[in-house]
Amino acid sequence: MKSNINPIPLFLLLAALTVQSCKPKNAGNLISADAATKTYVAPGQYDEFYNLVSGGFSGQMSVYGLPSGRLFRVIPVFSVDPEKGYGYSEETKPMLNTSHGFIPWDDLHHTELSQTNGEVDGRWIFGNANNTPRVARIDLTSFKTSEIIELPNSAGNHSSPFITENTEYVVAGTRFSVPPDNSNGDVPINTFKKNFKGYISFISVKKENGEMDLAFQIECPGVNFDLSHAGKGKSHGWFFFSCYNTEQANTLLEVNASQRDKDFIMAVNWKKAEEYIKAGKAKRIPAKYAHNKYNEKTHTATSEMKTEVLVLDSKALKEICYFIPCPKSPHGCDVDPTGEFIVGSGKLAALIPVFSFDKMMKAIANKQFDGDFEGIPVIKYEAALYGEVKKPGLGPLHTEFDGNGNAYTTFFVSSEVVKWNIKDLKVVDRVPTYYSVGHLCIPGGDSKKPNAKYLIAYNKITKDRYLPTGPELAQSAQLYDISGEKMQMILDFPTIGEPHYAQAISADLLKNKQIKFYKIEENANKYVTKGEGEARVVRDGNVVHVYMTSIRSHFAPDNIEGIKLGDEVYIHVTNLEQDWDVPHGFAIKGARNAELLIMPGETQTMKWIPERIGIFPMYCTDFCSALHQEMQGYIRVSPKNSPVPISFSLGTNKPLAKK
Amino acid sequence: MKIRLLLLAFSLGIFACGGNEAQTSDATSEVKTEKDNPENPSYDPKRGTGKFTNVEISPTIDLVMVKKGKSHFDLKCGSCHRLNTERLVGPGWKGVTARRAPEWIMNFITNTDEMINKDPQVQAQLELCLVRMPNQNLSDADARSIYEFMRQNDTKK
Repeated sequence: MKSNINPIPLFLLLAALTVQSCKPKNAGNLISADAATKTYVAPGQYDEFYNLVSGGFSGQMSVYGLPSGRLFRVIPVFSVDPEKGYGYSEETKPMLNTSHGFIPWDDLHHTELSQTNGEVDGRWIFGNANNTPRVARIDLTSFKTSEIIELPNSAGNHSSPFITENTEYVVAGTRFSVPPDNSNGDVPINTFKKNFKGYISFISVKKENGEMDLAFQIECPGVNFDLSHAGKGKSHGWFFFSCYNTEQANTLLEVNASQRDKDFIMAVNWKKAEEYIKAGKAKRIPAKYAHNKYNEKTHTATSEMKTEVLVLDSKALKEICYFIPCPKSPHGCDVDPTGEFIVGSGKLAALIPVFSFDKMMKAIANKQFDGDFEGIPVIKYEAALYGEVKKPGLGPLHTEFDGNGNAYTTFFVSSEVVKWNIKDLKVVDRVPTYYSVGHLCIPGGDSKKPNAKYLIAYNKITKDRYLPTGPELAQSAQLYDISGEKMQMILDFPTIGEPHYAQAISADLLKNKQIKFYKIEENANKYVTKGEGEARVVRDGNVVHVYMTSIRSHFAPDNIEGIKLGDEVYIHVTNLEQDWDVPHGFAIKGARNAELLIMPGETQTMKWIPERIGIFPMYCTDFCSALHQEMQGYIRVSPKNSPVPISFSLGTNKPLAKK
Repeated sequence: MKIRLLLLAFSLGIFACGGNEAQTSDATSEVKTEKDNPENPSYDPKRGTGKFTNVEISPTIDLVMVKKGKSHFDLKCGSCHRLNTERLVGPGWKGVTARRAPEWIMNFITNTDEMINKDPQVQAQLELCLVRMPNQNLSDADARSIYEFMRQNDTKK
């Protein structure tokens, strides 16, 4: 026993001695006196940046202001949101449809803003679903999820949704290699090497409206793809993916996928892939995946099931893929603003390798290969290497850039952000994070033009940073001023879910183009009610459609009778308001459903199956005016064979006069 | 209930929102509100505030415009306003073109929030109705067609 226990404290002691600042004694000392003035945004004033942060296992995306760290909105993306009726209203249910059927939850890891010429353009932001592989596009005029596309042949969509410099493609690489969907998947798990493949997907994005389409997939050897970033400038046309588990282990990966000294960064020449497709070298393979779109005119989502995908074979079709050895299970895979340097972060390594795009191209031209891995050429490590940052910290994960020749890398194990110079690979500065930082974000920090005033660190562990709230604690982000030579921590703020990657964008690019309301004249919902004169209740067998309107502060109709047990009732509420910030909510007692939250000019539908006889109140849930508490009504539910006819009214259903 | 009765009594006693049986004369309200405007002397209570200073009104009613105005009414106004003198959420429209200048009506429809904040007549009305009239984001042409529809409504006996 003793010999088992002793080495651990010894190791800890060693680590504490050799690694500085894992946990500074007094965090207060690190905060300078002007931190408050740097982050204070006076009441009524606007923040300088929007910070669009992944919600991790909440499945959503959150929107913060910087430098204040104030939370503005949580955008429902891959998880249902009863607060907004997302995934509950008839109009939004199709958004969460997949080839497996309706799925109420996922895990959103990374966010990526659309770019034009390598600069963020503020049109859309993409998010990935890690569990059931999908990519979502969020419109930045409505802050709503506009589109979700599922990815076949994939499992654990982690290296996603990174984009090319003109948003030509959003990529997705499978974290789990699996047998392709079209093959017999009923195979022994330990036949990984033989039967499991790693697919990477290229999703095209239409320039005019952002519409996505799964353009093609590349079948690669069975490994785990982790993260990725596109080349830019001179390396535009290439994409870089980090891979681990090149051991091809299928069990106890913690040990078995950490055997090799080096795994890979896979360089993908997607322009070459396009050439092969033009030449007819791609195969159409049967596949089943959902493509869901939300229409802003009908306020309705549709889900289409696709049936095939174009696949390129990386082994047979030469010159698409190359492997670059990268130490110890690389995680982050980041490309500097010039497109010349590719930073791989071996998460179990104590150094950061920096690869040169020019050297890589030379190595490919001169065939400086170290054999191949499953038919893909492996470039000699030194032939592609620009240099290594020596002893930067422990557990490098992710890197962003400031556009002034510096890179900023997070270190999970030693809980710090390290600033280093790309040219001479020397460490310039380091600051602690609290604690165990994962991703980081600099506005435009993965684009050609960073706007490097701030850096935000997203931490995995919060521990003692906030008032404790039972076993589950707030997640944590930390804001640093990086405008000077030294990084300076200026704010802590809690986040939802677990924050992974995030993007930040100047508020000027978004704040003046927000949709304020939907024009009621343009509402093309199949069940719209254009004015109270059209409000009505229509029975069609046991299906009842209620065409209802809402305006401050009543529903029309607000008295409904003639609903019977066994009916399937669809209540279509049209919000007639035409002003900003006047949504109405709608809820019915006992409905086994969420509320509706209807934006001005929008129509949303609640499906309600009454299960009891009686009177069922309904009301507006979103405080809308001084008479909000009057915004209510009643629905009468009668027995199945009741003779009570359908009737509906507003203001006229008064007590009968006494005889 | 008591409060409701009180409110009803209040609206009967004074003016503007026009309770169910409100018989208040338009002239009374006009005079009263003008007098009620001592603290904001620069404000023109006849014109209101907004972009409209002089709305041309032809002697005949433009029926094409009336038709458009009615469709806007059905979609955006009819939830709260009746065409008779009854108050629903806001006052009934009957007689409104006699009570208010066309500029005032057009300004109120298109510049709703500022008018609610500044106009003494609207403020008095808000005390009774308690619901701020929503800005329904009507264009100038939409607002003008609604005014024509109001004119036509006021010609009906």
